Amino acid sequence: MLPLASILFEVLGKGLPAISLSFLTKPTGSITDPSSGIGNAIEGTLILIGVTCLIAVPIGLFAGIYLAEFGENKLGRAIRFLNDVLAEFPSIVIGILAFSVVVIAIGHFSAIAGAVALSIIMLPIVTRTTEESIKLVPSSIRDASMALGIRRWRTSLSIVLVTAKDGVITGIMLSIARISGETAPLLLTVLGSGFFFSGLDQPIDALPLRIFTDYKNSNYPSALAQGWGAALVLITLVLGLNLGVRLLTRGRSSFARARA
Amino acid sequence: MSLSEEASLQQAKTPARTRLDALPTQRRFSIDDLFETSSTIFAAIIILIIAVTSVLLIRGSIPVLQGFKTGFFTGTNWISVAGSESYGVLPYVLGTLVTSAIAVVVGVPLSLGIAIFLAEMAPWSVRNALSRVIELLAAVPSIIYGFWGLFVFRLWIRDYLEGPISSYVGAFPVFQGTPFGLDILTAGLILAIMIIPTVSSISKDVMMAVPSSQREAAYSIGATRWEVVRTGVLGYARSGIFGAIILGLGRAVGETMAVTMVIGNASGPAALPTSLFKQGATMASVIANEFSEAEPGSLHLSALIGIGLTLFLFALVINVFAQLMVWKVLKVRGGSVE
Repeated sequence: MLPLASILFEVLGKGLPAISLSFLTKPTGSITDPSSGIGNAIEGTLILIGVTCLIAVPIGLFAGIYLAEFGENKLGRAIRFLNDVLAEFPSIVIGILAFSVVVIAIGHFSAIAGAVALSIIMLPIVTRTTEESIKLVPSSIRDASMALGIRRWRTSLSIVLVTAKDGVITGIMLSIARISGETAPLLLTVLGSGFFFSGLDQPIDALPLRIFTDYKNSNYPSALAQGWGAALVLITLVLGLNLGVRLLTRGRSSFARARA
Repeated sequence: MSLSEEASLQQAKTPARTRLDALPTQRRFSIDDLFETSSTIFAAIIILIIAVTSVLLIRGSIPVLQGFKTGFFTGTNWISVAGSESYGVLPYVLGTLVTSAIAVVVGVPLSLGIAIFLAEMAPWSVRNALSRVIELLAAVPSIIYGFWGLFVFRLWIRDYLEGPISSYVGAFPVFQGTPFGLDILTAGLILAIMIIPTVSSISKDVMMAVPSSQREAAYSIGATRWEVVRTGVLGYARSGIFGAIILGLGRAVGETMAVTMVIGNASGPAALPTSLFKQGATMASVIANEFSEAEPGSLHLSALIGIGLTLFLFALVINVFAQLMVWKVLKVRGGSVE
């Protein structure tokens, strides 16, 4: 408990003085400029989250549906197992994967490469929570739908998935919290930048990358202050998502959440 | 459509012998088939990702493996200056192993204590609140652990742990060096903090999946509370707990940012972990530090991907092993968790 208390205490104490409206909206520009902000990093994190969700959520939903509805065979068991293995992969290895596929193909570091890396981190979490939520739907609901003559795909998408939506959304929110703090894969794919968004094929900044850059420049007092400020914004985002989701879903099994 | 299905269709068409199980096959192609096929394809993407990762890592590290053969795994030099390049990953592999070992040795007893308390002793309200705090601890991004570790935790370690150790038993080889705080010990301890949420929450789930008949049986033959926990619960859940520990080890091995920020980032032979108070490096920290500096197509990049391959193999073995252990208890024996 001590580490969490100390982290919150230090981040609040050292980050709060840095926060102001211009700090949250202005781009970083040069390190030594004391009036610089982290607007571009906040923007970059939001863009990365958006693009990542566009890639990972549909795949994860369908993979979860497959595992829950059709997955009681050899292929299903293999995929379920590999999904759990993929969820525990070191994120830096996933960074190398995205680098080898996207960065090399485009020729330079880019936002889309970062989104691909983050999608691979997000996918197993969405898949697992979708599968587990669908399995919690009572089979009487499914039977009732089938008895009305509704076809299987309609049952699965409009009846079962809609019934399971609380769990599915919880999984998506928790995976967003997880990816918004990921740093290592971004280091290998989006590189970071001091400026606002200029296209998905260009480098972009993100909150964790901004903190890492500030750590590298931490002998400049202004960079250090900026790092604590960015850390406060990031931890507010991540813990806010987590707390919000947990308040909304009291009393569920902690198994999926603990491993998300 | 196979011959036997054709046959059953024929049967279905003769009114006298209508069979219900033949009815669905009358439709040659339906949206349901498309639905099943497409969701199978999406699920198969997961297999594809793992396959592509293996292929790319192996392909990327071929140049360095051809250049140095097994020397890549046993060498200690790490020189990326063009012309005199030499790459050996041994110091980094050892750095990863030593920091992860510290994390497990320090973190696991604490985690098991927390898990036993939560699963066996804590009243319902305390269990809920404490579980939530542990989940939050798990959610803190590793870059923030790193920032906190560098500017706060490191100073505690330097002043209250390494200083005294150094002045009393500094003559022992493992404690040699100036206690500076940016070293292998600090990296190992911050990893210990980071694996506690993983290990304790999974162990707690595994312990709570132990049927209460186990505890009742132990109590009924006069066991004390500790004996009940030790024989009835820990004995029964041991493979799951072991899996949780291995899973924690997997996290420690792959953890990058926090370690990069506190380990001091030595390079080459200097990174060999001969003392706890020495600057070191792990496989992940070297990749994080040097990747953006390496030229595309260079031997340096290939060497870094080679480290990635080594790390990948470590993580794969550890995780496959851990998942099998956890599955054995949670999904087959217990079931009450879900």
